[in-house]
Amino acid sequence: MTVERSYKEINERIKKGKAVVLTAEEVIQKVKEKGVEATAKEVDVVTTGTFGPMCSSGIFLNFGHSAPRIRMQKVWLNNVPAYTGIAAVDAYLGATELPEDDPLNNDYPGEFRYGGGHVIEELVSGKPVKLRATSYGTDCYPRRKIETTITLNDINEAFLFNPRNCYQNYNCAVNLSDRTIYTYMGTLKPNLGNAHFSTSGQLSPLLKDPYFKTIGIGTRIFLGGGIGYVAWNGTQHFPSMMKDESGRELTGSGGTLALIGDLKQMSARWLMGTSFRGYGATLTVGVGIPIPILNEEILYYAAKSDEELFAPIVDYGDAYPNRKSGNLGIVSYAELKKGTIRVMGKEVPAAPLSSYPRAREIAGILKQWIQKGDFLLGEPVQNLPGPEAGIKAKTLEEK
Amino acid sequence: MTSKKVVLKFSAQNADKPIIYHLVKDFGLVINILKASINPHKEGTMVLEISGDRYEEGISFLEEQEVSVLPLNQEVVRNEERCTSCGACTVHCPTQALYIDRPSMEVKFNDENCILCLMCVKICPVKAMEVRI
Repeated sequence: MTVERSYKEINERIKKGKAVVLTAEEVIQKVKEKGVEATAKEVDVVTTGTFGPMCSSGIFLNFGHSAPRIRMQKVWLNNVPAYTGIAAVDAYLGATELPEDDPLNNDYPGEFRYGGGHVIEELVSGKPVKLRATSYGTDCYPRRKIETTITLNDINEAFLFNPRNCYQNYNCAVNLSDRTIYTYMGTLKPNLGNAHFSTSGQLSPLLKDPYFKTIGIGTRIFLGGGIGYVAWNGTQHFPSMMKDESGRELTGSGGTLALIGDLKQMSARWLMGTSFRGYGATLTVGVGIPIPILNEEILYYAAKSDEELFAPIVDYGDAYPNRKSGNLGIVSYAELKKGTIRVMGKEVPAAPLSSYPRAREIAGILKQWIQKGDFLLGEPVQNLPGPEAGIKAKTLEEK
Repeated sequence: MTSKKVVLKFSAQNADKPIIYHLVKDFGLVINILKASINPHKEGTMVLEISGDRYEEGISFLEEQEVSVLPLNQEVVRNEERCTSCGACTVHCPTQALYIDRPSMEVKFNDENCILCLMCVKICPVKAMEVRI
């Protein structure tokens, strides 16, 4: 390889305001015009972005101590329960948590209008949130009950910690059954009535670094409008390389990231409470990850376009809920974005669930941050396992 | 000739009668059926766009048939601040009032094509589609 760059060199150029930064969309065009080698000589960083519902998200909070003190045993924020089986006034609020009096799916399909994700959006907007906590009382923490109002500014710490975000690739969901189904992939009409997909394709972070050559523990990122970090691999991190019948590699799949960042820096534009009819509540999260162009190979993958990236088509009527393996074929993101795909010989209207325009906006913001010299690249302190690690999913069996 | 949008409410007694036929045949009105449904109690709801010189006579005829005629004073609006252009609504909108502009992938809303089925209000994951009365 003729291009070899280090993080240190790139960061020096960023500090001097000389770094050449392109979004993942822009670099595709550049590589088409000039080729990988010439582009790699020129470009220091490629920025990616994604803005989609990510259920495995939540916030750690420390409320500060009341007088007299309480060791919170149960806690609710705007009537949504948070987990407080940690220290006295620490809690974790998950994005999918629902109020205890929510009608759920009793009146099917349920609306799930408000949940943990919505509380997170209200907090990050600066709105007051009702805090209620109960306890059993101890000598050091005598109080048994407290009801008050908090805002993000009033409390000590609030940090987003998302155990699984940025799914590398995702199923294109369809429904082969004869009834409408309500899933985390949206409402799916019967008999292949529609298809939903949920990645930003050529802008999506982990599709552009399929071998985890640059994205690792300590990578500095755009998270929810503020600066965050890759903390670990995400849960269910089973990176692999999707291949066609001839064994040609197509698309990285199965990798995930655990992310962390200060909620106080973030904004409600990039953290939105979200509801899926008949399924539940969640949080739509904005993430942008810079990919340093350390060599041509990294650029080769970072410049993959929607025509070269593929999603598996999966039936959510039977195969997915019953954990039956296999799929109904693959489809490129270019075809998905055109709005109609062919499944089992039928034309099926396709629509995304993650916002491509917002993903583009995130990649653009991150590019600006880097160009201004405000945002230096974080060299991973440890790489994450890639496809070569061969990590396989374990299943849960009844014993 | 301007057209007017109205909501008709049929009772179980008149929901099975060919009433719209008479609006066309007897009063020469141009009818565009935007929405029609009958619930399990056999009560019907219809949203019509009507134009024609004998509009008032047609409405009187409907009232004589004990069909209640209400002005269409509901509209679906998009909260532009909340809409993320995710696109989830676009395959559920029956008239493509909500559609994806390509290649920008921005979601557009042409409210002239909206027939108030309210599917988008139920589908929108961030509740950006609202009913205004």
